[in-house]
Amino acid sequence: MYDIIIIGAGVSGAAAARELSRYEADICVLEKEEDVCCGTSKANSAIVHAGYDAETGSLKAQMNVRGNELMGPLARELDIPFKRTGSLVLCLNEEDMPRLQALYDRGVANGVKDMRILPREEVLRMEPNVTDSVCAALYAPTAGIICPFELNIALAENACVNGVEFRFNTAVEDIVRLDEGYEIRTDNGTFTARCVVNAAGVYADRIHNMVSRNKIHITARRGDYCLLDKDAGRHVGMTIFALPGKNGKGILVTPTIHGNLLIGPTAVDVLDKEAVNTTADGLRQVAEKAQLSVKNIPMKQVITSFAGLRAHEDGDDFIIKEADDAAGFIDCAGIESPGLTSCPAIGERVAQILCDKMGLKKKEHFTAYRKGIVHPAQLDLDERNALIRENPAYGSIVCRCEMITEGEIIDAIRRPLGAKSLDGVKRRTRAGMGRCQSGFCSPTVMNILARECGKSIYDITKSGGGSRIVAGTNKDTL
Amino acid sequence: MREYDIVIIGGGPAGLAAAVSARENGIESILILERDDRLGGILNQCIHNGFGLHTFQEELTGPEYADRYIRQAKQLEIEYKLNTMVMDIRPDRTVTAMNKTDGVFTIRAGAVILAMGCRERARGALNIPGYRPAGIFSAGTAQRLVNIEGYMPGREVVILGSGDIGLIMARRMTLEGAHVKAVAELMPYSGGLKRNIVQCLDDYGIPLKLSHTVVDIKGRERVEGVTLAEVDQNSKPIPGTEEDYPCDTLLLSVGLIPENELSRGMGAVMDPATSGPKVNESLETSIDGVFACGNVLHVHDLVDHVSKEAAAAGRNAAAYVKGSRTVKNGGGKAILLTAASGVRYTVPSTVRPEQMEDSLTVRFRVDNVYRGRCISVYFDQERVSRRKRPVMAPGEMEEIVLTKEQILGCPELETIRITVEDE
Repeated sequence: MYDIIIIGAGVSGAAAARELSRYEADICVLEKEEDVCCGTSKANSAIVHAGYDAETGSLKAQMNVRGNELMGPLARELDIPFKRTGSLVLCLNEEDMPRLQALYDRGVANGVKDMRILPREEVLRMEPNVTDSVCAALYAPTAGIICPFELNIALAENACVNGVEFRFNTAVEDIVRLDEGYEIRTDNGTFTARCVVNAAGVYADRIHNMVSRNKIHITARRGDYCLLDKDAGRHVGMTIFALPGKNGKGILVTPTIHGNLLIGPTAVDVLDKEAVNTTADGLRQVAEKAQLSVKNIPMKQVITSFAGLRAHEDGDDFIIKEADDAAGFIDCAGIESPGLTSCPAIGERVAQILCDKMGLKKKEHFTAYRKGIVHPAQLDLDERNALIRENPAYGSIVCRCEMITEGEIIDAIRRPLGAKSLDGVKRRTRAGMGRCQSGFCSPTVMNILARECGKSIYDITKSGGGSRIVAGTNKDTL
Repeated sequence: MREYDIVIIGGGPAGLAAAVSARENGIESILILERDDRLGGILNQCIHNGFGLHTFQEELTGPEYADRYIRQAKQLEIEYKLNTMVMDIRPDRTVTAMNKTDGVFTIRAGAVILAMGCRERARGALNIPGYRPAGIFSAGTAQRLVNIEGYMPGREVVILGSGDIGLIMARRMTLEGAHVKAVAELMPYSGGLKRNIVQCLDDYGIPLKLSHTVVDIKGRERVEGVTLAEVDQNSKPIPGTEEDYPCDTLLLSVGLIPENELSRGMGAVMDPATSGPKVNESLETSIDGVFACGNVLHVHDLVDHVSKEAAAAGRNAAAYVKGSRTVKNGGGKAILLTAASGVRYTVPSTVRPEQMEDSLTVRFRVDNVYRGRCISVYFDQERVSRRKRPVMAPGEMEEIVLTKEQILGCPELETIRITVEDE
């Protein structure tokens, strides 16, 4: 029997796992996909919000502001890129000024630091591509951008190094209460644990409702995004929001931590919790609405589009607590935006709840620091040449768009919880994430994966499951 | 720092022909830097025939065509480095490159010839909605999998885009045992060569659906089907025309873009119409001593044209290195070459009469399918030539030849205009 089973290896589950790995406990993470970061965590705005959006006093507001504070030190410990680039919420009509002021006031009440309302001239001086019809903007310097994949992967890797077990391709089918603890039945074996953390994203309602009579309900709210070439990456320097409406924060325009430009998301409630398909209508809306905030967005430079699902709970707030009628069952549910920002705080809170409940003791040796994949492009010439002499794979470029070497790809596969698929390699190294969208490098990456994992090329997948890439050999059906 | 008279970026057909030509024009110290593990570039995966009709008056496969130039380069003992990625070129022609054995190294070049080729546009370029499963390949990636690696990307195939690679892959996939259900083309005409439509689609009964596009991709793990719809004159899908095609593979052949990261990085002035650098009559970019040829300059239809253009770049770079040119870059009067009605672009975009060779081939593409029209050349207001063309299409490159004599005969000439006109 495990002390704790965490269901879901997205940012919430991984953050909880990492925080709990500070303590003496047998912990296992169950993930239905083949890798971490495969649900909501992989398809979102990649923003670290300042914290003025959520209603004062809500858990979202608390977690957001705390998560924002923790993100800097966490990014340093985990060796992941994070920049406080700041954000602007644009007010386009004088009559909306009270709403902008209200947002500022809410930010102050939530504990957001250093915000200012900027007049038109100052907005346009800071961001010349903001629409000319702007009349003022709320500036929040503590907002930032981060790589959601690296954050999620680094949290999980660090948890793994500190002793947390991860089981992939393991979907929870049922949970049965035992006298002490829970029995978790999956499509890949049955497990027992004293306590359970439910971090199942859009499925957190289904998991919760397996053990509790007090039902919760999560709606999958789909958002379409377009990602633009790095040539367009400096179109804006900060995250640009429209004034929020009732369905979320509207369409934003933001640089990404790796230098692309990202626009989106839409907000459409869908019944199917796997419906991550973009739609023509959604993509059109993204393009149209983004241009209301920012002018001259070079839409010809779109390199890919994608959709993500936010886990919207009917109560419109995060649920992070022990279920009222299920002792030792901790929910981490309704984690929609600002979930990515909040994850360090969510991890902290979950760990605190379980620590208090189970009387967990701190480990003697907890490794807080994780070293990321070495990116030779970030080294100086001598360091880079030394690295290539030591391991010539760092001298061979595989992904020419992002200039990713074979050495980085091998590292991504061999490290703890390493990549097993093309998408796994892509999220860890960016190989295939550039302007040719893996056209040139995918055959090479497939060969490296097959060699490193000892697999047949026919078993190499895009993202696990049935996503095989090649179907056979030439003429094999003739 | 090592020094070479000419450093050529890319060992595909353009780089090879430029190298051979530079050597034949008296340059001893030449280095080709090639990122792949062999010379020949993308020709290595083009195992179909049809190459070399102009250059060698015979039909060769891509590897055979490449081999002719590789042999010449080897005979001429031209130096080359494989598996070597050029990372950066400075405007002073310092080239930084990297490979496994040399690490990161820099070279000073007397002249640089850019011959990096082009890449395929990805799904995002058309912003095709739907899921993002396995089974969506660019036609060139599929070609590499099949022709180099020997793997079938799928069994039931729909192809979007009727560019030449898409057409060639429709035939290849069929010959290797796949079922190609349709080739959809957004435009009302094909972007590929006429002969490819006949030999790759018609001969195998593969339907070409003009004015159609993919409006949905189904399948979460692997492609399960795509939806095609007809589009109106503004390329917008017409509701009610959707048709589902069950398939496991979607190949995209939706255009090629010159790969000019290095050119832009060094600050070369670019031509938005070609996505390549702007060049003068010597195929020299806005940066002194930096020349460009082949698909990095503008996307070509036939490799024969690439070889010819690259040979000119090699000659001009040789003259630059030897200091035998009449005028230095930026010097001398420059006449503007402009693409007027019906013409998308011209390469080159300026001509310096003093510097030009006895004749200059100007290459361009038209912007639509034209039947029974003429290509006219104007020297300022005066029409100096007019040639009837029974059919012109965007998929096929056009050219005109200007002579030095003709241009020197007009000392006041400022602009040369090329246009498509009625008879």
